[in-house]
Amino acid sequence: MPLSLADAIERFVPDGASIALEGFTHLIPFAAGHEIIRQRRRDLHLIRMTPDLVYDQMIGMGCARKLTFSWGGNPGVGSLHRLRDAVEHQWPQPLQLDEHSHAGMAAAFCAGAARLPFGVLRGYIDTDLATHNPNIRRVTCPFSSESLAAVPALNPDVTILHAQRADREGNVAIHGILGAAREAALAAKTLIVTVEEIVDSLPPAMNGIVLPHWIVGAVVHCRGGAYPSYAQGHYARDNAFYRRWDAISRDREVFIAWMERHVLATPDHRAFLESLRAEAA
Amino acid sequence: MSDCTREELMTIAAARLLWDRCVCFVGIGLPSAACNLARLTHAPGIVLIYESGTIGTKPDVLPLSIGDGELADTAACVVPLPEIFSYYLQAGRVDVGFLGAAQIDRHGNLNSTVIGSYDAPKIRLPGSGGAQEIAAHAKQTFVMLTATPRSFVERLDFRTSVGYLEGNGARTQTGARGGGPRAVITDFGMLTPHPQSEELQLTALYPDATIEEARSKVGWRLAVADIIETIEPPTLLELETLRALNARTSAAHARRIEIPV
Repeated sequence: MPLSLADAIERFVPDGASIALEGFTHLIPFAAGHEIIRQRRRDLHLIRMTPDLVYDQMIGMGCARKLTFSWGGNPGVGSLHRLRDAVEHQWPQPLQLDEHSHAGMAAAFCAGAARLPFGVLRGYIDTDLATHNPNIRRVTCPFSSESLAAVPALNPDVTILHAQRADREGNVAIHGILGAAREAALAAKTLIVTVEEIVDSLPPAMNGIVLPHWIVGAVVHCRGGAYPSYAQGHYARDNAFYRRWDAISRDREVFIAWMERHVLATPDHRAFLESLRAEAA
Repeated sequence: MSDCTREELMTIAAARLLWDRCVCFVGIGLPSAACNLARLTHAPGIVLIYESGTIGTKPDVLPLSIGDGELADTAACVVPLPEIFSYYLQAGRVDVGFLGAAQIDRHGNLNSTVIGSYDAPKIRLPGSGGAQEIAAHAKQTFVMLTATPRSFVERLDFRTSVGYLEGNGARTQTGARGGGPRAVITDFGMLTPHPQSEELQLTALYPDATIEEARSKVGWRLAVADIIETIEPPTLLELETLRALNARTSAAHARRIEIPV
């Protein structure tokens, strides 16, 4: 089952697909996002609770027509400038928003994982988001008559995660901050996982998150695949890079030049990392 | 203590509102500093929850993001994000939620979504994240926000999170189970809701702030309580603890990370 990342994207992510690259701050699949940019995918429906730098890059490079999200900033730093430019000035193209709260999006992923039609929560009470997003509606509890918020299930065509390790059968183990990774994985029609390492067998983990092999469509060995996000136990989040991104992404030309130099001009993630390391030296 | 910044005064004032063993849903930025200052001074048993799913975390440096590894490394446990929002926050297991925003109105309703119209915004802000459920479900919330007439506004451009709606008990008619904003900690002092009208009124000032300053920074006609408390200046312990925390944090965030090739 191990595949190259380029092959996995080529095979499973066509133009127009709905895709969720999940991982909440931790284990963000940057390598996969960059490969999608290299293969010049278009008209994607991007799904992620926190778009983060990875979707800022994909939006700025013209991969996306629609974004489902719940918080669109550079954590602790400020704006995602490419996301803002798309929403405020339609550059490089218009971006349709399907905006939720974290709890709403979590409920939508949970429903998707269970193959239920909608998720339910005690949320969106007297807020303006519900009036702007027709995907946020109300249902009445058939038992108590309480009015609750309902959101349609999220079932991405493809979910892509990054994880610490997989075994040769394709079972995947994750530890550390999980976000909605498990729910997004089980909600997807196809699941691709990039991993730091592939091992002969995983240690028994009674409560560690193990995504069993028959729900995993492809495993890709990709060291450093979450950088500049992080992989607990392997490398730390590059907070200094997240800070630097503010200046790189603020200006269209600077952004494009950075993406060309580090992503488009590099054949794969290893070369991407080496180009950053060379620049830092 | 005349050399304190207003940001330090805000952080210390917010920390003092927290009590030992309270369960606190923390946001990034000043709230995170305030909560950890409380933990390092008068509230060692405070339970800090970050929405990334880290419960009972005791970070040595403040996280830049809501999900830094430091939070997981020092947590009592790490749970999936849907659990945090369903089993803890919506289930009413959070005593205090912290909120920030780009705009606040006189009833403590908040906007963190857009400046201008939603469909053609002048400034697209990050959006709700966890804010609207924190606002609805935490037993009480504290809002931390620097005041200008552009942020303390007569009318919000967008209502992301509810405070007291139109006041006079309007919030209790909704399904929001939490108590709403009990204090707004800002750079001149503190606003708290009037017990009946629920309109925010000036109830406390820092030693060097004045009612005139407060009025000049608030975009609505600010109500002033009969008695205005003067917030005690920071103690040496508070100030030294906060500055040491901020210094450790700056050093950690600037540290070069080995690129994992």
